[in-house]
Amino acid sequence: MMSDHLDFKAATPAKLSVEGVSISFHSTRTSVHALQDVTLQVKGGEFVSLVGPSGCGKTTLLDIIAGLTRPDKGRVLADDHEVEGPGRHRMVMFQEPALFPWLDVMGNVTFGLKRKPGLSRRERHQIADYHLDLVGLRKFKRAYVHELSGGMKQRVALARALAPDPQVLLMDEPFSALDALTREQLYDDIQRIWQGRRKTIVLVTHNVREAICLSDRVVLMSPSPGRIREEYIISLPRPRDINSPELATIAQTITATLKGYIPESVE
Amino acid sequence: MRRVLVVGGFFLVLLAIWQAATMSGRWSPVLLPPPGNVFEYLSGALHNGSLVESSLVTVQRLLIGYAIGVAIGLPLGLMTSTSPILQATIGTVALGLQTLPSVCWIPLALLWFGQSEEAVLFVVIMGTVWSVVIATDAGARSISPIYSRAARTMGAEGLDKWTHVILPASLPSVVSGMKQGWAFAWRSLMAAEIYVTVLTGFGLGHLLHYGRELNAMDQVIGVMFVIVVIGLLADKILFSPWERFLHRRWGTGRL
Repeated sequence: MMSDHLDFKAATPAKLSVEGVSISFHSTRTSVHALQDVTLQVKGGEFVSLVGPSGCGKTTLLDIIAGLTRPDKGRVLADDHEVEGPGRHRMVMFQEPALFPWLDVMGNVTFGLKRKPGLSRRERHQIADYHLDLVGLRKFKRAYVHELSGGMKQRVALARALAPDPQVLLMDEPFSALDALTREQLYDDIQRIWQGRRKTIVLVTHNVREAICLSDRVVLMSPSPGRIREEYIISLPRPRDINSPELATIAQTITATLKGYIPESVE
Repeated sequence: MRRVLVVGGFFLVLLAIWQAATMSGRWSPVLLPPPGNVFEYLSGALHNGSLVESSLVTVQRLLIGYAIGVAIGLPLGLMTSTSPILQATIGTVALGLQTLPSVCWIPLALLWFGQSEEAVLFVVIMGTVWSVVIATDAGARSISPIYSRAARTMGAEGLDKWTHVILPASLPSVVSGMKQGWAFAWRSLMAAEIYVTVLTGFGLGHLLHYGRELNAMDQVIGVMFVIVVIGLLADKILFSPWERFLHRRWGTGRL
């Protein structure tokens, strides 16, 4: 449909390489070893989920890949270039939509595009329209942020993240605040969009079924200190249905493994 | 319509109480003139142009002083919100000087600038700057860090991030800070005009001052009335459009 008259090539998805990353957080009372010697390879165009109990450092790892946080030790390479700060080649979707209330939907989606060199105003609007179509919100391009529902806000955030055509999309529990139906609709959208325009995607979630539904590979992490423990390759055919029995079986195995990581409670 | 009637009725009742008080004969009409006398003064002063001229002089001083105050206070407030060192230094100075009533600047202004336009402006600026600094600082501090993080991932850093993200995000608090600054500027200017006699322009504060010197209570009350009206108008003209804009965009307040 839209792609017929808007023929722009998607950027080649970047491969990511996390090499021996460690980081601790210090406060006056305690010091937390958030990540210890984490190494992870993600192939270009691969969809990887980071799953683990709270405190395992999965969000911190995502921040480090984004360049929003600098590690104490180790480094992150995106296509063999060291990540030294945030940038539009690695866009982030946060847990909150983080849309700007002083801009309308169009203004939010074109925000990143304005900072991408070499685009005319017309091109920016075409690209934004195309991505608003992808998430089914073109009608709402003149709406203000507070007029949208939670699910619509996250869709706009997805369009905003995809519009500058990043090589990597990083998602930090973007579905956790949504109701189940809206969430399942978004899983379908993400799968459809990802099959059409390949990106390297890293998703942080605590929802095992969500991770299995979307990813090629699920990486399990455990807390104190935060590190990577196991990986599961998911080879179910796509598009996947989060309610399918095959998916539930895998989820059972992974959940059992995860439970073993939670520090023993005093009984 | 109903609202207009209620509001109109309220002010009529106030006027009636005032009229009744003057007619009771308990207070000398020199100290408490009836509403009619004040009205007479106002229409007379409007006709001979003295009131309009003084209002223009005053409003001009106010706008210039306020604009300079905001131009200094806004960036200072944004700066103190980002750096702990600036907060501990400039922030502390701002907090201290904000508690200083602006009348207290007048002796210093008179000694530094003499009885001049500069002295008046100086008092207005000193009255405005600090409250704007503090309100802007608090506003910029209260915005969610998520905006800044999102902006950085989209390639907005440094000045770009400040002008396109931090400033608009703190707009609601900045506007209320500017509104507060406006109130302080207005108070400072009146204090300055009452105490600093300048020959370059005869403002409302001066009219008020000479009303006292001449024992002309109708003039004193009339000018006070004009000062209130200008304050109300400024609020409606300068700030209401902004506040409506913010409510519409942020989805706050009544719709």
